Formats: sequence, structure tokens, C-alpha cells
Amino acid sequence: MSGIPGLLNYWVAVFLMMAGFYVVIAQGNLIKKLVGLGLFQTSVFIFYITVGKVSGGNAPILSEGITAYSNPLPHVLILTAIVVGVATTAVGLALVVRIQEAYGSVEEDDINDADQEAELALTRQHDGKPGDAGT
Amino acid sequence: MTLPDHLPVLVVLLPLLSAPLCILVDRPRAGWLIALIASWLSFAASVALMVQVSGGETISYHLGGWAPPWGIEYRIDLLAAFVLLIVTGMASLVMVFARHSVVDEVPEERIARFYAALLLVFAGLVGIVATGDAFNVFVFLEISSLASYAVISMGRDRRALNAAFQYLVMGTIGATFILIGIGFLYMMTGTLNMLDLAARLPEVSDTRTVRAGFAFLTVGIGLKLAMFPLHLWLPNAYAYAPSAVTAFLAATATKVAVYVLLRFVLEIFGAEFSLGAMPLDLILMVLGTIGILSASLVAVFQHDVKRMFAYSSVAQIGYMLLGISLASTTGVGATILHVFNHALMKGALFLALGAVAYRIGAVTLRDFAGLGRRMPWTMAAIVFSGLSMIGVPPTAGFVSKWYLVLGTLEQGLWPLAVLILIGSLLALIYVWRLVETAYFDSVGDDAPPVREAPASMLIPIWILVAANFYFGLYTDFSVGTAMRAASALLGGGG
Repeated sequence: MSGIPGLLNYWVAVFLMMAGFYVVIAQGNLIKKLVGLGLFQTSVFIFYITVGKVSGGNAPILSEGITAYSNPLPHVLILTAIVVGVATTAVGLALVVRIQEAYGSVEEDDINDADQEAELALTRQHDGKPGDAGT
Repeated sequence: MTLPDHLPVLVVLLPLLSAPLCILVDRPRAGWLIALIASWLSFAASVALMVQVSGGETISYHLGGWAPPWGIEYRIDLLAAFVLLIVTGMASLVMVFARHSVVDEVPEERIARFYAALLLVFAGLVGIVATGDAFNVFVFLEISSLASYAVISMGRDRRALNAAFQYLVMGTIGATFILIGIGFLYMMTGTLNMLDLAARLPEVSDTRTVRAGFAFLTVGIGLKLAMFPLHLWLPNAYAYAPSAVTAFLAATATKVAVYVLLRFVLEIFGAEFSLGAMPLDLILMVLGTIGILSASLVAVFQHDVKRMFAYSSVAQIGYMLLGISLASTTGVGATILHVFNHALMKGALFLALGAVAYRIGAVTLRDFAGLGRRMPWTMAAIVFSGLSMIGVPPTAGFVSKWYLVLGTLEQGLWPLAVLILIGSLLALIYVWRLVETAYFDSVGDDAPPVREAPASMLIPIWILVAANFYFGLYTDFSVGTAMRAASALLGGGG
């Protein structure tokens, strides 16, 4: 079991993962970043699920005439990880809502510009004051 | 089973169950009180645990009575008890400090929920340390991370929101990497129990799967502990979070990540594999050194003092990585020791900055002008803990740097020893900038009068400052525990 055909499930997981990772890095929109992050996490869930599958194995419920069972443990583990993923998305979206309220934008560039302008304004205001510490 | 038998799980459960309680009562004072009591009880439990394991034995607690490796096991050995002591101790002091600071910085209707989230951060960190199960580490890591994004975003400045979001993205990538790494290990060994993993991994360690798992785990943990160059989330997150949160995270979160690194690299994979067969020792050494120098250098040029000490934290993490890379008992011992000492000094520094923020409202360098006379106790605390960070005897910071230099010289790596000294000199520069402004710059006469910080802030700050000196002079407990834990890690892992 080697080469691309035998490891197809892993290739799929890795492709999804890299696609998600790329979206996180390349997109400036915070919502799109979260979508990429979701894809990135989900690829790992798929990876875990495919690991637990035994070829020809049945669902892990005891019944007569079945000898091979799939491993249920990775599936249960990933149930926990899915909950974590949902929570991450929820917290992320909540933050984006508050960023939108505070900055009026969810574009990374706009937010950075706004921060820089605010900082410049602050420096100018301090420099204009007499008796400044002069740092 | 009597109560003392349940201590390993109680230390986690107390903050975890108190968090929803905070939400239920939803009143600022009551929320604070619950958080305070939970963290002090948790601290008491970890002191009791430390006493139990101080002889060198290990406590194994089977969750729900299911025996490992099937059930989840909580394992408290010397290292775990030591880190538990740091985390719970810092949490207890920060909670005392938080009362006024949080009222000042967080809107009133959010205060109870703020404490609930802070307790969850705390519970997650304690859980990571207490558990002996690799998947459990991931779950607790995410509990603490998700809650920490929430508490960071509650900072006054709107930039806190952006900082929290950046941290969320990078933290989630890190945690997902850790999840894949654990998945690879599970694929090869069929177990998640740390001890069981350590026993089964050597047979299969020469496979690409295990090596890939190792790489994912190291990068994931590296993101969490802000290893250079994966530290980009840290300065903003520390700078814009509420003061109490910064102090708590700086003193505990990255320390727990270092603990996870030690556990995975030295215990599960074993020093032979990770520092011998894989080139992690070289990677950690190079990244640690660059981290020390570049972060210290950046810190020198910061105007926001909180940001300055955040960069200094990145540098201090470099020292810890350097210690691990030496792969000797002295080196790893120095790392564990520095985890402890750095928690003391950074805890004191960030709490003192919180006191300044409480009275002045901001912590840029400009705001410190003349503060030496206006807030003498707070400023003195900053100076003393700053000395500890530079590594001046007789402070705790000196002791850990001493052992680190000793470790490098043991292996004839004297250039590294020189670099450590250069790092300390850079620390001297940025601490001096602060001291100069505070004691030698005068404020205009029109400046509003400033009072000294309230006692509820000064007492925890000065407890930490005193601890910095105590553990600089009486090193039996800290050095002894760190060295014994280090030799157990290196001996048990190989």
C-alpha cells in the first residue's frame, strides 16, 4: 500500500489542509480567513476518521458473523475536536463582529491602516506639547 | 478513596466548575470572589500535591476508575507538581490583584463573564499539566486558548480585538498541528497514554509517519510557546489585553507550553530520538539564540512598556529553548528553573505595569516620567524585578542564567555563554530606559496628582518581588526540584 492510489485518503486530507492553510494566509478578509481555518481543521478531522477505518471492517457493534471491526476511537476523539472547531469558529465570528463594530471594516488592510493612522495622530499630538519627555 | 486521593483531579475541577458558577451569579463582586476562592483552593491542592511527590514518587489518578492505557490517566510527577505550583500560585496572586484592576478596565456588565473566561484559561492550563493523556492535552489546550482569546479581546483598546483575532488564527493553526501530530502517533502505536506512547514509540521511531508527527507536534507547540519566529501573535496580545490577563498569561501560558514541549520531546519521543536522531537540538539552539538577540533588540526600541516586556518574554523563551537544546541535566534543569523564575519576574513586572495603568491610565514610556517619586513602591518593584530579569545577583533571574551558562560551558559552547551575556546586556538597556524615565525625568507642574497603587495591588506585587529575592538566595527548593525533574525526564525518556 504505497504510492498515490493506496494513500488517496491521506492525499485528500493533505490537499484540503493546504488549501485551507493557503486561504488563511492569502486572504485579507477576516471572514474568509475563518472559512480557511475551518477547512484547515476539517481536513484533520477527515484524516482522523480515515485512520480509524479498517478495510472490510464493520461498524463496531457486536453481532454474530462479523470478525473485523473499524476502530471507533478516532471517530470519538474527533467528535471532541469537532466541538472545539465549532467553538473556535464561534469565538472567531464573535471577534469579527466586534472588529466590524470598532473599525467599520473586516478587511485586514483597512484595520492596519486605521491603527497606523491612530498611532501617528497620537505621536503628533504628543510632539506638539511643550515640556515633553522627548523620547 | 479519601479527599487527598482526588487532589490531581480537584486541582483542575475547581476552576473548571467555578467558571459556570460565575456566569450564573453574574455579579461583578461575586464573580471575583468565586474566582479568588477557586484559585486559592486550587493552589492549596497543588501545594499538597507537591508535598506528596517531593520524595520522587509519581501519583497516577485514574479518571472514572478506568485503568490506563484505556482510561484517561492524570499523572503528577515532580515536574508536573512544580509547574502546577507555578500556575496556581500565579493565578492566586493575579486574582487578588485583579479586583480593582478589572473593575477599572472591563465594562461592569462583562466582569462576571470575564472571570468565568479567566477561570477557564486557568483550568485549561492546569489540565494540560495534570493530564497524562496526549489527546487530553489537546482538549485542555483548546479550552485555555479559546478562553484566552476571549479575555484578551476585553482589553480597553480596540486593537485588542485585532490582537485576539490574530492570536486565534495562529493558535488554532498551532493546536491543529498538535492534533495531527497526536493522530500520527496514534496511527503508529494505537495508544494515547503518554507513558504507553513512550514505551511503544522506540520500536517504530524509524518511520516517516513518526518523524512527520514529531515535526507537526514541534511546530504546533512552537506556535503556542511563541518560539522565534512563530512569536508574532504574542506582543500585540500581551500589549492590548487587560493588565491582569497580561500578567497571568505571561507568567503561565507560555510556561505551560514549554512544559508540553518538555513532555513530548524528552519524555514521549525521548532525548535520543528528538535531540539525537532528529536535529531538534540544533534547531532549538539556533532559533533560541536568534530569539534572544532579536527580541531583546526589538524590545529596546519599544515605546509601549507592556509591548517592550512582551518582546522581552519572547527573548526569555529563547533562554528556555537554549536550555533544552543542550540535552544535559544542567541545561534542561536550567530551563525548568527559568520557567519558575521567569514566572516570578514577569508576573511581578506585568502586575506592576497593571498598577501603573490603574493610576495613570496608560503605560507608554512617556507616562513613566517622574513616576519614581509619584508611585515609589510600584516603581521600586519594577526596578527589582527588572534586575531579576537582567540576571543580577542575588535575584532569582541570576540563578537560572547561571545554570544555563554552566550548561553551555559544560559542553564547551562558550560562544553561547557569551550570547547569553549579550542578551542580558540588552535587557539592561531596556530596563534602564524605563528607570531613567521614571527617576530622572520630571513631570510638568500641570500633571494631575497621582497616588500610590492600592494595597490589594501592592501586596501581590511585593510578594512576587520578595520571592524573586528569596529564590535568588535560598535555591534549595527551586534548583533541587528543577534538577531532579530534569534528570527524571532525561533518564526516563532515553
